[in-house]
Amino acid sequence: METVEINLEEQFQARIDADISIEPKDWMPDAYRKTLVRQISQHAHSELVGMLPEGNWITRAPSLKRKSILLSKVQDEAGHGLYLYSAAETLGTSRDQMLADLHSGKAKYSSIFNYPTLSWADMGTVGWLVDGAAILNQVPLCRTSYGPYARAMVRVCKEESFHQRQGFEIMQTLCEGAPVQKEMAQEALNRWWWPTLMMFGPADADSPNTAQSMNWRIKRFTNDELRQKFVDMMVPQAEFLGLTVPDPELQWNETKKGYDFGGVNWEEFWNVVKGNGMCNKDRLGARVKAHEEGAWVREAASAHAKKRARKMATQAA
Amino acid sequence: MTQSEWPLWEVFIRSKQGLDHKHVGSLHAADATMAIQNARDVYTRRQEGISIWVVESTHVHASNPDDAEAFFDPANDKVYRHPTFYDVPDSIKHM
Repeated sequence: METVEINLEEQFQARIDADISIEPKDWMPDAYRKTLVRQISQHAHSELVGMLPEGNWITRAPSLKRKSILLSKVQDEAGHGLYLYSAAETLGTSRDQMLADLHSGKAKYSSIFNYPTLSWADMGTVGWLVDGAAILNQVPLCRTSYGPYARAMVRVCKEESFHQRQGFEIMQTLCEGAPVQKEMAQEALNRWWWPTLMMFGPADADSPNTAQSMNWRIKRFTNDELRQKFVDMMVPQAEFLGLTVPDPELQWNETKKGYDFGGVNWEEFWNVVKGNGMCNKDRLGARVKAHEEGAWVREAASAHAKKRARKMATQAA
Repeated sequence: MTQSEWPLWEVFIRSKQGLDHKHVGSLHAADATMAIQNARDVYTRRQEGISIWVVESTHVHASNPDDAEAFFDPANDKVYRHPTFYDVPDSIKHM
């Protein structure tokens, strides 16, 4: 029996190494399935919770144009959550289970959404920086080994670049505006820079699962590699805007052709992950409230569908 | 926990007139009408389609991937089913 198991694992790894995608009904190791369910559902939850900090600004957007754009962006995020939940469901978990885990606090979502959005400039920073970081994380996932996840990510990435560009445009508009508007942009960057760097996850030395995930091609770059890429990409953009990245240690390193930058405050990171961030309780509370207050809609729709099905059955008879 | 979720539907979209409906993903909905409306909102926010089919996932039957080799084998050694199997003299046109 054991030899068969080993053989299956070897065949599985050989497929992965040959870049042949894994589909829902294919054999896969339990740990692969479990890791994927955790990663995909966590990603879906992040899309869902990610709507909340922006929802805060829909009614306060400075113009009808900005309001329409923000509405579309938030709608996209709902869509991204749905693509991802569907992908996770192909692995045998259920929507009910995933939502229950989110609402009970058992499942995690990206810590970035536990920070408050205090000014309109935060809508710019969230789009430009946070979605910029998300894109760096997500583009390699379009080639991830699990087919349904990869296909969902292709769709997500296509839509995500509008999110980043609209954010950059908000920043540019503010930076070209009155001094007080530019100050607002700088202040938002000051607050969001470090939490955004934390989005890539703990340092490689503290990320024990990275090696296995890379072996399975669920992950294609390490956390630190992506973080470095992000800094190198963003510093010139901040310079273009005339903004200062809030890191006194930031310096171009000619030898590595990249920026050296200061240490991330990991104590803060773990504290937010553990539920003690500024908005953890608010975010989860808002999610649970929306779910509970929507219960009657879900029940009514089910009852309506049943009634119609019964009617059609009697008509057919 | 009681099972409260709506049934799962597979979504197929025709991107433009003249092309096939293609599978794009799935979603939950209470009935077919809602599935089509939700599919519009989830899968065609950027004019990706002009027609939508939805099928309840329980109605989809699939071939077994473990049997794929044996199942598709009969087509494997019949290269003569392809036009490139045949040598046509250079002087012959329109073939």
